[in-house]
Amino acid sequence: MNWAGLYTVLSGVNRHSTAIGRIWLSVIFIFRIMVLVVAAESVWGDEKSAFTCNTQQPGCNSVCYDHFFPISHIRLWALQLILVTTPALLVAMHVAYQQHQEKKLLVLTGHADPKHMEEVKKHKMRISGSLWWTYVCSVVFRLLFEAVFMYIFYMLYPGYQMVRLVKCEAYPCPNTVDCFISRPTEKTIFTVFMLVTSSICIVLNMAELVYLVVRACARRGQHNSNPPSAKGSFYGHKLSEYKQNEINQLLTEQDGSLKDMLRRNPGLQEKGDRCSAC
Amino acid sequence: MDWGALHTILGGVNKHSTSIGKIWLTVLFIFRIMILVVAAERVWGDEQDDFVCNTLQPGCKNVCYDHFFPISHIRLWALQLIFVSTPALLVAMHVAYRRHEKKRQFRKGDQKCEYKDIDEIRKQRFHIEGTLWWTYTSSIFFRLVFEAVFMYAFYFMYDGFRMPRLMKCNAWPCPNTVDCFVSRPTEKTVFTIFMIAVSSICILLNVAELCYLLTKFFLRRSKKAGNPKHHPNHENKEETKQNEMNELISDSCQNTVIGFSS
Repeated sequence: MNWAGLYTVLSGVNRHSTAIGRIWLSVIFIFRIMVLVVAAESVWGDEKSAFTCNTQQPGCNSVCYDHFFPISHIRLWALQLILVTTPALLVAMHVAYQQHQEKKLLVLTGHADPKHMEEVKKHKMRISGSLWWTYVCSVVFRLLFEAVFMYIFYMLYPGYQMVRLVKCEAYPCPNTVDCFISRPTEKTIFTVFMLVTSSICIVLNMAELVYLVVRACARRGQHNSNPPSAKGSFYGHKLSEYKQNEINQLLTEQDGSLKDMLRRNPGLQEKGDRCSAC
Repeated sequence: MDWGALHTILGGVNKHSTSIGKIWLTVLFIFRIMILVVAAERVWGDEQDDFVCNTLQPGCKNVCYDHFFPISHIRLWALQLIFVSTPALLVAMHVAYRRHEKKRQFRKGDQKCEYKDIDEIRKQRFHIEGTLWWTYTSSIFFRLVFEAVFMYAFYFMYDGFRMPRLMKCNAWPCPNTVDCFVSRPTEKTVFTIFMIAVSSICILLNVAELCYLLTKFFLRRSKKAGNPKHHPNHENKEETKQNEMNELISDSCQNTVIGFSS
């Protein structure tokens, strides 16, 4: 399982996203994950081996590196990208559940031919009802994770610039020792690049949230002024038709059994007349 | 997510490009990305390990390397290639949007829709006209801008395209001036010149494509000026819009009738 595997998993979600969601996914994969894999990883590749301290004291190098870099930028970005992309799986799970329900209904109503089953799998779900809530939650979680990681980054590495020299006095280093970081300028450039793309992603997520809320309010307003029209999902509409057919069937059956009962017990008819449920 | 995935993403765009666009994409993938991955990355692989300074002062090598190479050629090329190939995604998004609209029309049962089934819509190639022309032209323009910006950044940072063998460094903590030797300078110069040359060819291809699109646009316009009322696409659009309007009017009429009766 690597970034390509994640890409396969998430490109399925793409179909049920909004346009802004798709742009967000493209930005994540091309400007963050791809840049991380093809460029940033090689910049940080020799971060420990080329971290040099002006001392011959064994252990001083390791201790100072560990003191100044509790967790490497690369690993922090990898974690951030994984956590930020996984809320989309909530939506994927919900869509899979809805599709499963639709298939079950098709089987129950005797429409379980391969063509209808394929249609259920292929058609795009509208982001309404409970799916809207799931989608909005996933966007909120994305925003939360991005913000948390930006904050952690700022706490661990105050300021986004990588300095050339750090002064270390952790045991076993004798007194204060100068330690030199490998490729600080290149690291600063990539840090700034990744932060900028992270901010762009935050802005896209906020725009998507606003868009979803505005759309929901607009739909509600339309719903109030126009009585419910049959413009639900493709199978939502068919569902209501099947449900109505089933209800009609049940009513005729019930009618039939009641008439039988009345024929067998004529005395019940008076009570039956008074019965409001009949 | 690597260059292979980028190739998959951009391969789809190829279908809606002009012939020059297809040549450009081939040059990009074979002469730039592939060369970067199979050859250039090895040449620059030991750039810091084998960057040797004539001093025993710890830290001097790191500081001098950082001073002379603020960002490695390889990373600069990787960023350039990513930025230059992504405007094509604008075209891909526009095509996907158009396909989505056609599918919607087809599902509504529009009589004017000339497709027999949904698969045909998925496979159909769109002509570069109307709004798609503007998107396509913008994407070429952005490509040109990114190429030019990166070429300039390269020239500005490395003061010409030649890699010297020896660099003199006097950044702290190096004592006085120290000689530092770059690893594989000639091989790096050869690859730098190669990548710059291919970059220039790509710029030329983009300029040619831009000229081709502009010429096609003006020719089409002059043809339209000559035959004002004979544009099938335009007629189709008008009729489709009229159909949609009629539908909306009849829907709202029904709702009004329902409202009155309740």
